[in-house]
Amino acid sequence: MLYFIEQCLNGVQLGMLLFLLAAGLTLIFGIMDLVNLAHGSLYMLGAYFAATFAALTDSFVAGALLALIATLVVGMAVEVIAMRRLYGRDHLDHVLGTFGLILFFNELVRMIWGPAGMTLSLPMEMLQAVQVLPGVFYPLYRIVIIVATLIVALLLYVLVMRTRIGMLIRAGASNREMVGALGINIKLLYTLVFGLGAALAGFAGLMQAPILTVQIGMGENILILAFVVIIIGGIGSIRGAFVAAIFVGLIDTVGRAFLPDLLRLFLSSNAASSAGPALSSMLIYLLMALVLVFRPEGLFPTAGK
Amino acid sequence: MDYWQRCNVADALLQVEALSKRFGGIVASDALSLSVAPGELHAVIGPNGAGKTTLISQLTGQLAPDFGKITFAGLDITALPTHRRSALGLARSFQITSLFLDMSALDNVSLAVQAHAGHSFRFWRDARNESELREPARAALVRVGLGERASAPAAELSHGEHRQLEIAMALAGRPRMLLLDEPMAGLGPEESARMVEMLRALKSEHAILLVEHDMEAVFALADRITVLVYGRVIASGAPETIRNHAEVRRAYLGEQEAADV
Amino acid sequence: MTAPLNLRSIFIAGVLTVLALLPVYAALTGNYFLLTLFTRIVILAMAATSLNLILGYGGMVSFGHAVYLGIGGYVVGILAKEGILSGFVQWPVAVAVSALIALGLGALSLRTRGVYFIMITLAFAQMFYYIAIGLDRYGGDDGLTIYKRSQFGDLVNLSSKTQFYYLCFAFLLGTIYLVWRLVNSRFGMVIRGSRSNDRRMHAIGFPTFRYKLICFVIAGTLCGLAGALLANHTDFISPAVMHWTRSGDLIVMVVLGGMGSLFGPLIGAVALLVLEETLPVLISAVAGLILPSAATQAGEYWQIVLGPLFLLVVLFARGGIDGLLAKVQRG
Repeated sequence: MLYFIEQCLNGVQLGMLLFLLAAGLTLIFGIMDLVNLAHGSLYMLGAYFAATFAALTDSFVAGALLALIATLVVGMAVEVIAMRRLYGRDHLDHVLGTFGLILFFNELVRMIWGPAGMTLSLPMEMLQAVQVLPGVFYPLYRIVIIVATLIVALLLYVLVMRTRIGMLIRAGASNREMVGALGINIKLLYTLVFGLGAALAGFAGLMQAPILTVQIGMGENILILAFVVIIIGGIGSIRGAFVAAIFVGLIDTVGRAFLPDLLRLFLSSNAASSAGPALSSMLIYLLMALVLVFRPEGLFPTAGK
Repeated sequence: MDYWQRCNVADALLQVEALSKRFGGIVASDALSLSVAPGELHAVIGPNGAGKTTLISQLTGQLAPDFGKITFAGLDITALPTHRRSALGLARSFQITSLFLDMSALDNVSLAVQAHAGHSFRFWRDARNESELREPARAALVRVGLGERASAPAAELSHGEHRQLEIAMALAGRPRMLLLDEPMAGLGPEESARMVEMLRALKSEHAILLVEHDMEAVFALADRITVLVYGRVIASGAPETIRNHAEVRRAYLGEQEAADV
Repeated sequence: MTAPLNLRSIFIAGVLTVLALLPVYAALTGNYFLLTLFTRIVILAMAATSLNLILGYGGMVSFGHAVYLGIGGYVVGILAKEGILSGFVQWPVAVAVSALIALGLGALSLRTRGVYFIMITLAFAQMFYYIAIGLDRYGGDDGLTIYKRSQFGDLVNLSSKTQFYYLCFAFLLGTIYLVWRLVNSRFGMVIRGSRSNDRRMHAIGFPTFRYKLICFVIAGTLCGLAGALLANHTDFISPAVMHWTRSGDLIVMVVLGGMGSLFGPLIGAVALLVLEETLPVLISAVAGLILPSAATQAGEYWQIVLGPLFLLVVLFARGGIDGLLAKVQRG
């Protein structure tokens, strides 16, 4: 039981991470109609920046802040140099162009930081486990991740639903021409939105950096999970991304932890231990297939899309 | 019930009964009934938002009515999907031109012919060399006056020619009935006149339901006119009857326009 | 391709002649490196040609086409490990399994369109990648060595480099011919029509879903066969074959060569793989002119040039190499 609660918390934490990525992707897609495969590269950059700046400043918090700013700047620069030219084009063009960007960023990181990968160590007090429920201990840092992401999700909600810039974002999502006609600098708006998406991805990366090895290509597999989240949640819907991210995080984590044991009840232990890992890695894709069959537009389809 | 309605109920090709469709609070079709006889050109007119395009969409099966019944050639087609209706001989041309722009004019019409030539799970023979497809397609192009332009890419045709191509595609399946959604929209006077001549030639062989804003064309071509306002039929009858119909003059034509036609 | 003598057909004839004569060159010089490289190119060109059928002609942007390379390869590998070495069994099974999986994936993915379709094909491909990693008995993450190539009795010996190359070349030509027949048939006209204007296709009476699905299955099946060839070529199969970047490579080949052009994927495959071989050398040479000490090292980072190159192709050479040739020809 304790193990189960711990796994659930891990699932929520993965879900939070996926939400940060999916929210940026879905925002960028919803507003600029742009499919950005290189989103995972920004996640990777966030992690590398955090590891580097934390080592330079000798402070995790300062490193994280600098990394956040750095990914924001890189994101806006990428938008101005490359992405801007892809708006209004075929989705296939987006896919190819941003696929090229992934190769570019992977190689760039290899040039700057070398092929070995990095680690980022946390301050001592972050490493201890705290009691979250009677008898349940959970690493403090993972709780920090969950809480920090919840705060970001809330801020994002307030930004999109309650502020003037959020109104522009929502208007842009539903009616490009109208925003242009209002005389709003749509180019700047797009750059800001892309930067925001990049910062979200960078935030996910830097928060994750202390838990796993910072390495080349770390953003790619998680990006595909973020796609699954978007498909399940419905493209363009941040609320859908949030719900679906937690779903996917939970199912994936808990499935991997318990499915092999569960199979052992029905199959020989030999068959179970060979089928278990394969089957549990399929779970979220099966969920996606089910959603596709019954709700091809996702759980929270945005109106008019 | 006037003379026209009475004599057409029995042998109508298309029979629409009490068709109703709402979008939220907006009534697009309000217990709408009309019929089209074989060989007849029946025009539907009405101000913007009268529900003309909604009517066509329900006839083609792109929209499902909330209530009512559509009978075509004696079959209840109310619940049939679009491709089945078009297989029965109900062809539509689009208000907003919607062609295969990267293909030639002849390829466009050939595809329409192919749509009516059974299934297309034929994987080997070169479709562009099948006279079974190409000859009817060429004939349809000639009928609409595009015989010379057969090999031009659709993207390079003029606006008027797009309309002609649309109609050629509708003709390709040898339909019993054409649903024409504003074929004159956006055409210059010369192109409009050509279109009127073409429709006059077509109407002897096909029943036509024509939705059109161009009153001159409607009164020149129609055997019967139905006037829609807010999805409801306010009048239906021969052009003369409509021209003199008090409610129509008041609600739609306006005294000035009515005097012009 | 109506005029017999134009730049494009001369170029394609040239490429085909070089491909046909390559084993002769290898035999004369004893340099079999090129033959090995080009066997790989020819197999991937076959995969790219099958992708072109759905991507170029059908407008279905599948980002998971490398899955079938993996499926075909794993069928050969798994059967070989279980002691079934006959190619007469292995290859038909590879084809059948690929077709079935394509049917399943297509039936689900084709319910959606546009960007959904891209993401869904990508996600399902990733699923197969993880399944392969989970196959502990068949090497899991490390992959599976194939100790003996498919056996075809006295008919053909796959262990002979020359025979194997010509077999792959014949399969490539067969695939191109098949695609040519398909896209010009009634079936192909429906596929092209639905790429051009799917809604209109419905309106004039085509239920396009079933045609697209069959097209998707044909493409997957052909690619599965290419996968069986690839596994025999490398004597090895691993999840990496199905990694999503491999699917990306196939798309790059199609677009680089020219979408919806019959020989485009072949040209694109040659161009991409030759570029991958020569770019490091080229960069080293250029870097050597500026800073001789860094020459070797600079060559390692060739992808930093390749990536932006894709972006440039997308932005400025949308028709790919075939499109450029056509442009030059028109003057």
